[in-house]
Amino acid sequence: MTTPFDIFYIAKKDLLEFVRDRTRLITFIIMPIFMLIMVGFIFPSQTSIKNINIGIANQDGNTGTKLTSVIANLEVTSGTKAFNIKYYNSVNDIKNAIRSQQVNGGVYIPSNLDKELASGQQATITIVQDQSNPQVSALTTATLQKVIDEFGQSTSAPKIGVMLTKTKAAASQEAITAVLTPIDTTLTGLFPGNTNYFEFVAPGIMCMVVLTAVLTGLGASVSRERESGTLDGILIAPVSRLSIILGKAGAQSIRGLCQGIIVLLLSIIFFGVKLNGNFLLVLLILLLGIFSFVGMGILVSASAAEQETATQLLFMFQFPMLFLSGVFFPIQQMPQIMQYISKVIPLTYAISAMRKVMILGGSLSAVRNDLIILIAFGAVTLLIAVPVFKKMITH
Amino acid sequence: MPETIIEVKNLTKKFKDFVAVDNITFDVAKGEIFGFLGPNGAGKSTTIRMLTTLLTPSKGSAKVSGFDIVKDQNEVRKHIGLVAEKIILYNHLTAMENLEFFGKLNHMKKDLIRQRADKWLPRLGMKSWTNTSVSAFSTGMKQRINIVRALLTEPDILFLDEPTLGLDPQTTFMIRTFIEELNKQGMTIILTTHDMIEADALCTRVAIIDHGDVAALDTTENLKKRVKDKSNPTMEDVFLAVTGTEVRDAASKANVSTPRHGRFGGGTPGRIR
Repeated sequence: MTTPFDIFYIAKKDLLEFVRDRTRLITFIIMPIFMLIMVGFIFPSQTSIKNINIGIANQDGNTGTKLTSVIANLEVTSGTKAFNIKYYNSVNDIKNAIRSQQVNGGVYIPSNLDKELASGQQATITIVQDQSNPQVSALTTATLQKVIDEFGQSTSAPKIGVMLTKTKAAASQEAITAVLTPIDTTLTGLFPGNTNYFEFVAPGIMCMVVLTAVLTGLGASVSRERESGTLDGILIAPVSRLSIILGKAGAQSIRGLCQGIIVLLLSIIFFGVKLNGNFLLVLLILLLGIFSFVGMGILVSASAAEQETATQLLFMFQFPMLFLSGVFFPIQQMPQIMQYISKVIPLTYAISAMRKVMILGGSLSAVRNDLIILIAFGAVTLLIAVPVFKKMITH
Repeated sequence: MPETIIEVKNLTKKFKDFVAVDNITFDVAKGEIFGFLGPNGAGKSTTIRMLTTLLTPSKGSAKVSGFDIVKDQNEVRKHIGLVAEKIILYNHLTAMENLEFFGKLNHMKKDLIRQRADKWLPRLGMKSWTNTSVSAFSTGMKQRINIVRALLTEPDILFLDEPTLGLDPQTTFMIRTFIEELNKQGMTIILTTHDMIEADALCTRVAIIDHGDVAALDTTENLKKRVKDKSNPTMEDVFLAVTGTEVRDAASKANVSTPRHGRFGGGTPGRIR
């Protein structure tokens, strides 16, 4: 018979054993911190273009020098410059510098810039891209284009003013802006401010850390006891096999929740992630996410007699799951076939629900479908796993 | 007629094509120290695992303390204790935490667990080590706590799978004396061992298992009488006469139908008559 007491004793023992094992405890705390530091500091975010080396070849006099100065003094945050400027003579010099990776892009200002602007013609400035690094190149190019556009508008504003005066129209600043940018756009979101890449990735990291810890933890816990012989001591006691499974899953769930809370707090305190939704809903998503993984963890642990085999099997599941569940980049960017595969991975739904709550401030009704799918995943895999576990350990 | 406490009928265990235990039948009387001997891979541990409900038999049946090992598993578990080949203790827990955990899994109250620990720990010289982490113990100390763990429920039958393997002579002596003491108090002991001196000293009857089958079963005295070519045979002589001198490990796993040499009544000519 399955009793809550048996489940409690097994879970308590597992947790006590875990807390006493210093190596496992340290890994448990260090791993999410390490993961967050890696993702938080290394992955590019909106302000992560800083001190990028770019080359400028300025053939022009007055206007070219002004533009060079604007680019050189562009700051991403107070005191932090976007670009380190290196000076060259021609486009070819810049290309050679990119080839030898001295710079990550460049701007060529032709000698006729002043002349063409003065004669009312459209001038052309060339941005040279570093095609070996698409991500940095895209961000650098977009920043340079924006700076050059704004500089161009600032140089043409006085001329527009004169033209408007000639046509007897009011040459107010608004009128000049209306001519320069006839259609403006404004941005609005569900909450104030912009989301950086880390805010996109943090809910995914949280789910990933917790769920993979549960998956590997459960598998390792059963196979470790099997290998050391202590599982026999539990199996020979008059307790049901379901109590053993639930006790072990309970211990792993508590560990997983603690780890999830560590990730959440670190993200908020050190990386400025905002929790726009309900904290209890975040915990509910984590719990149901854990539930969806328990069956899979049991199946793997039951089929692997040794800890090493269990770890290898789990790695085989885990590795593709991390890339296909949308932790690091949106599922919508993947090829269609991969998007279909991502739909059968419970982590996908846990991450989707977590983003809705953490970033968009979604309520229970917004994540209802994700949660139903997680429950269904958990129930189906558990229904398969429990009898398989019973059979595997006594055959 | 002594009461039968273990009744095994045509018990068989197959792992795919490999027959680990082949149709064995035997009884164990209440209060016996029943020795289970045999070469490596002979099927001793598999038989013990079936009798302790850790493995499901492929064929045949067995009753332990009157309960069927397949149908009444929980009842069987309530009447047995197991000291397995591997020590069943958690290294990161103290001795008492281990005992409390296994006691509670056997639905014992905390007071009763403490009472039983106080009863058995001093007998094995472990009273002052209750609050020490098991990881700090020597193999001998671990085995002594392991035996106390198996005795917490004061079972009818205690299964001991090589309880003195790798222990120093002092601990071995202590454990052997303790086994005798438990038996005198009425506990039935099933002892698996490779130590023929231990088997000779402790066992009322001995079953020699070879190739998954019972090759010989009798009292140690009767078994010795059946070795004709030695004037004063030991249990080792009996064992070799029954199982032969061929090293089995690989052969027994690779092919269960390996020719059986040296059995009583049909073995290698000249050794057993």
